[in-house]
Amino acid sequence: MSVFIDKHTKLVIQGITGRDGSFHAKQMMEYGTQVVAGVTPGKGGQLFEGTVPIFNTVADAVQATGANTSVIYVPPPFAADAIMEAAAAGVSLVVCITEGVPVLDMTKVYPFVKERGVRLIGPNCPGLITPGESKVGIIPGRICTPGPVGVVSRSGTLTYEVVYQLTRAGIGQTTCVGIGGDPINGTNFIDCLAAFEKDPATKAIAMMGEIGGTDEQEAAEFIRTQMKKPVVGFIAGQTAPPGRRMGHAGAIISGSSGTAQEKLEAFAAAGMGIAKRPIDFVELIKARL
Amino acid sequence: MNLHEYQAKEILRAHGVNIPPGRVATTPAEAEAIAQEYGVPVMVKAQVHAGGRGKAGGVKFCKTPAEAKEKATAILGMKIKELTVERVLVTVAADIGSEAYVGIIVDRATKKPVFMVSAAGGIDIEEVAASTPEKILYVPVDPRYGLPTYDAMRMGFFLYADVKLARGAAKIMQQLYAAFMASGCSLAEINPLVVTPAGELVAVDGKMVIDDNELDRRPEIAALRDERSEEPSEVDARNANLTFIKLDGNVGCVVNGAGLAMATMDLVKYYGGEPANFLDIGGSSNPEKVVNALRIITADPNVKAILFNIFGGITRTDDVANGIVTATKANPLKVPIVIRLTGTNEEIAMQILKDNGFSASSDMDTAVQQAVALAKGGK
Repeated sequence: MSVFIDKHTKLVIQGITGRDGSFHAKQMMEYGTQVVAGVTPGKGGQLFEGTVPIFNTVADAVQATGANTSVIYVPPPFAADAIMEAAAAGVSLVVCITEGVPVLDMTKVYPFVKERGVRLIGPNCPGLITPGESKVGIIPGRICTPGPVGVVSRSGTLTYEVVYQLTRAGIGQTTCVGIGGDPINGTNFIDCLAAFEKDPATKAIAMMGEIGGTDEQEAAEFIRTQMKKPVVGFIAGQTAPPGRRMGHAGAIISGSSGTAQEKLEAFAAAGMGIAKRPIDFVELIKARL
Repeated sequence: MNLHEYQAKEILRAHGVNIPPGRVATTPAEAEAIAQEYGVPVMVKAQVHAGGRGKAGGVKFCKTPAEAKEKATAILGMKIKELTVERVLVTVAADIGSEAYVGIIVDRATKKPVFMVSAAGGIDIEEVAASTPEKILYVPVDPRYGLPTYDAMRMGFFLYADVKLARGAAKIMQQLYAAFMASGCSLAEINPLVVTPAGELVAVDGKMVIDDNELDRRPEIAALRDERSEEPSEVDARNANLTFIKLDGNVGCVVNGAGLAMATMDLVKYYGGEPANFLDIGGSSNPEKVVNALRIITADPNVKAILFNIFGGITRTDDVANGIVTATKANPLKVPIVIRLTGTNEEIAMQILKDNGFSASSDMDTAVQQAVALAKGGK
């Protein structure tokens, strides 16, 4: 079992002929993901790598191939439109890898996607992987292995780090999800935690947060009140200088400052394991399996 | 990106907000001339990206043009929080009856632009939020419909009992909202919004923060950036498409991804070292980025060891390896370098490094400990 994607996931890749899109399309195909279509306006009718049909629009791709998931590699000015196009075309999951999407674009895209009942992961995220079944995004497949741990993180490369350490220690994963580091993203920690709580194969969860905002504190409250499965947490940015990376504005509205200290206190109050270093996940998770 | 007060005010004025007349000056003589032109009394206000300008002596009330010249002489060139004042705004001083706060931010929780208004204006809104949160009204806006008049009026009446003032404030909020959206802001505020004894609404101070992701499509806003008011190495890094923050330690860090970069800094500290910087080379990398990163880091004389921590996903580790080789061939390093590199195209990267006489490991903790030891003068 897994969350959000599995071997039945049929993927359409938006921006399949770009530098990043084509590179990662091949990586996903090699991993075994069912890549059923690509979209690049103006290249409809061509084939990618001689096998994957390219369409001018996502709607055409969905109609012809039955794709149920989309992944987006288009440049930032076009990413918001690409997300809306995918949601309107009827896929149930949209994963936006693109970094640098203006946040005001996301304030318009988010309700558009929600109202259609579509799950959006990202933007500015590494995507997700269900080891041995399907990979959607850019998480390196070789660092993952099937097993009982659900992984959720706001960061990309920090996710890889922790997954890599777990895999090296022989601890596999059900699904690893990178939710992205932007102020407005489609899927938050709680969405993922709730999915892992429901997934019978997931026995423990590793969660990597960072300074800024209150998502981690809200997640800790959810863990405390709604979850039976053990969760181990980490906060990046404990040594970051105050006022430099944190969303000043977000701190005002929540009436709190989003410091690492505050988040770690919330983790402790929720009875979570706390990893001081990425490597600490290994022992803390092991003890909870 | 932060805008200066005078820049924010020009944008707000263009959207119809009532702003006291004034202009920016770079010399005391100019300040005097502006005071002469618009009439006294005037305020002379330091234009720097720092809070607490008033407390630092950077904001002065002047009754005559000669006094404006004298105060401008004192303020120009002074330092406020390490930043040298190069410009002052000379603006007609408004008579102040009452002061309110009106601001918009993009809120993570509601995922919308949210208005914050309070009759307790003139001071830092964070203080109001902390001590008397009931004095702030929050109103989220659906950007697909904009700020409807009924919501603007609701905020107007929250600030003023008088219908004329409430209507006037509601209009200013719609103008502020238009400026916020048109400029790609993550924050825009008027603080204070003043009611003069004559019953006129005036925006006495304004602030705007622009979402950096908006700058590519808004060249007119990007042109407002004041590089002289920023750390030179950070300007250099931004022009090279790197995210860089200078710190005080001696372990220079080059990392891909903000989360891993922060975790690397934390680990340097965990093992008893001090990071010299935060540096994220970002996702889609090319060797040129690595060359620039090394140039910026080695320019800091405090750096005693360089630590690369690269976990390749969308970043190809062979790009990074090529960058290291190119950069060090052109400019041989004077300090030791520790390379940790794993992920996409790792085998190719390791071969490139080996062929060029570098050693690299794939373990983060080992690499960080090694870099910390080297920065301390060990082996």
